[in-house]
Amino acid sequence: MALQLRDLAFCYGTTPILQGLGTEALPRGELAALVGPNGSGKSTLFRCAAGLLRPERGTVALDGYDLSQLSQRERARKVFYLAQDTGARVALSVFDIILLARKSLHRGYALAASPADIRAVEAVIEELGLSAFASRDIATLSGGQRQLAAIGQALVREPDVLLLDEPTSALDVRRQLDVMATIREATRRRDIVTVVAIHDLSLAARFADRVLVMNAGRIAQAGPPAEVLAHSAVSETYAVGVHLEHSARGTLLVEPYIQVH
Amino acid sequence: MAATLPMTATATGDYRRRNARRLKLVLIGVVALAAALALDVAIGPGNLPLGDVLRTLVDPKGAAPRLSVIVWDLRLPIALMALAVGAMLGLSGAGMQTILANPLADPFTLGVSAAATVGASVAIVFGWSVIPGAGPYIVTANAFIFALAASLVLFFMTKLRGVSAETMILVGIALLFTCNAVTALLQYRSNEVQLTQIVFWTLGSLARASWEKVGVAALLIALALPFFLMRGWALTALRLGDERAESLGVRVDRLRLEILVATSLLAAVSVSFVGGIGFIGLVGPHIARLLVGEDQRFFLPVATIASAVLLSLASTVSKVITPGVIYPIGIITALIGVPFFISLVMSIRGRGV
Repeated sequence: MALQLRDLAFCYGTTPILQGLGTEALPRGELAALVGPNGSGKSTLFRCAAGLLRPERGTVALDGYDLSQLSQRERARKVFYLAQDTGARVALSVFDIILLARKSLHRGYALAASPADIRAVEAVIEELGLSAFASRDIATLSGGQRQLAAIGQALVREPDVLLLDEPTSALDVRRQLDVMATIREATRRRDIVTVVAIHDLSLAARFADRVLVMNAGRIAQAGPPAEVLAHSAVSETYAVGVHLEHSARGTLLVEPYIQVH
Repeated sequence: MAATLPMTATATGDYRRRNARRLKLVLIGVVALAAALALDVAIGPGNLPLGDVLRTLVDPKGAAPRLSVIVWDLRLPIALMALAVGAMLGLSGAGMQTILANPLADPFTLGVSAAATVGASVAIVFGWSVIPGAGPYIVTANAFIFALAASLVLFFMTKLRGVSAETMILVGIALLFTCNAVTALLQYRSNEVQLTQIVFWTLGSLARASWEKVGVAALLIALALPFFLMRGWALTALRLGDERAESLGVRVDRLRLEILVATSLLAAVSVSFVGGIGFIGLVGPHIARLLVGEDQRFFLPVATIASAVLLSLASTVSKVITPGVIYPIGIITALIGVPFFISLVMSIRGRGV
């Protein structure tokens, strides 16, 4: 049971972004890290996988079933793509927007949230440690707090596939560890497929079950973190040298450096 | 863990309290509606004693014919029209502001009202009717068709270019200026009587109220408000930005078009009935946003109610400034409304909702 992308192609105008991109099967219960330079097509890949963009060719299959067969609503139930925060300033509380993520597919006159919805929101607030600012308007929050609230939106939907675009970019060191651990734990417990686009290679190495290296619209290398990050594909993709080392605590550390010729 | 449990419960409690407060505000709004209506009916030229007016309202048959005519044929249709038009403009403005993610959007800034004015001016100057046989309703009918046409232009141009909020605002502003220019051109070649008529039309006046118009407006509101509310969650999601809303499963383009059509219809009907009444569609939603925030389940009804109350109060004010004279209400909404609005914004600014 897994998510698999096959031969995806997409252009913005005449600029090709995805060029026949395929992945190995990404099994449920595993956290995959998607790394790659700016502009390599990570967000476009996510949008295609979530059905927000229609690829020119190729398929996105979940558990062997082609997702393009689903209606947009059904697909939105199965796949949730969390884009990078755009900083919309709006008078809604953290609680409001997490509840909203559960109710957004609702259409009809029963406008009140059910007790089950409320319980789900409470559970996520608990899980992410948001209680201290759950009643505050998101317009008054820091970038990191907003990011946490957005992750709350992702978790409360209980999708089968979670695509997170740099979910830790605005977080402090402690929160980065907390959030990655929470995401990994949720992935295991709910048996879902999670793909996290991330720039911090050490964080990727530490929390991901596998790493996908993206370069120029294709997956250049994929596999277990220690293997992939040691591969020449990483240094070629970023044009850096990569030094890997296990810390005294046994954590895999990644040190990229600029090579002087 | 144990220490955070009560805090999570607090968050839910906050949410419940906030909802209860917002619901209470809706109810207070309904009471305010009734009060504003009563005030509007009670006050007017003729200096009728309040008791007589109330008795005539309750028992039209038993009252003197003069009283009955004043209350039932003159004051009540106008007072109800004020509420209905206020509600239509408020809901229209609230919808436009939400789908365009712009607090300055309303039937005026998007050119719908300006187009209605062109339609009315064409009828006044040339006597041309878009609908043959419109007879005495020629001005109203033309205004409606032109307003609807403006909405359609907006609709198709944005359809052509991809419906982004920015495109719609830009097209709306272009429409506004074009229509204003056409109206100016028509004014330039009209005679004195026609010019007076156009100016009077542009000002917006509730004197054009009638029971039929009140009925049509009430029906439209009764259909439109549920139409908006059943999309309440999706509309709230839209406030988080197009991409997030789409991720949340909202069909953003379709939702935007549905709401655009509904808001245009509301605006077209209200402008064709009473002329251009500015500012209400802007202020009502703004007051609602300050009172209940942007959860559209509360925002939309409160914006509707607040706008209706505002226009009703403006209608009362238009009668008391100079005894015996009823000023066109468009002047009142702009003159009284603007300072009121600015003081409101200044006093509430910075306070969280």
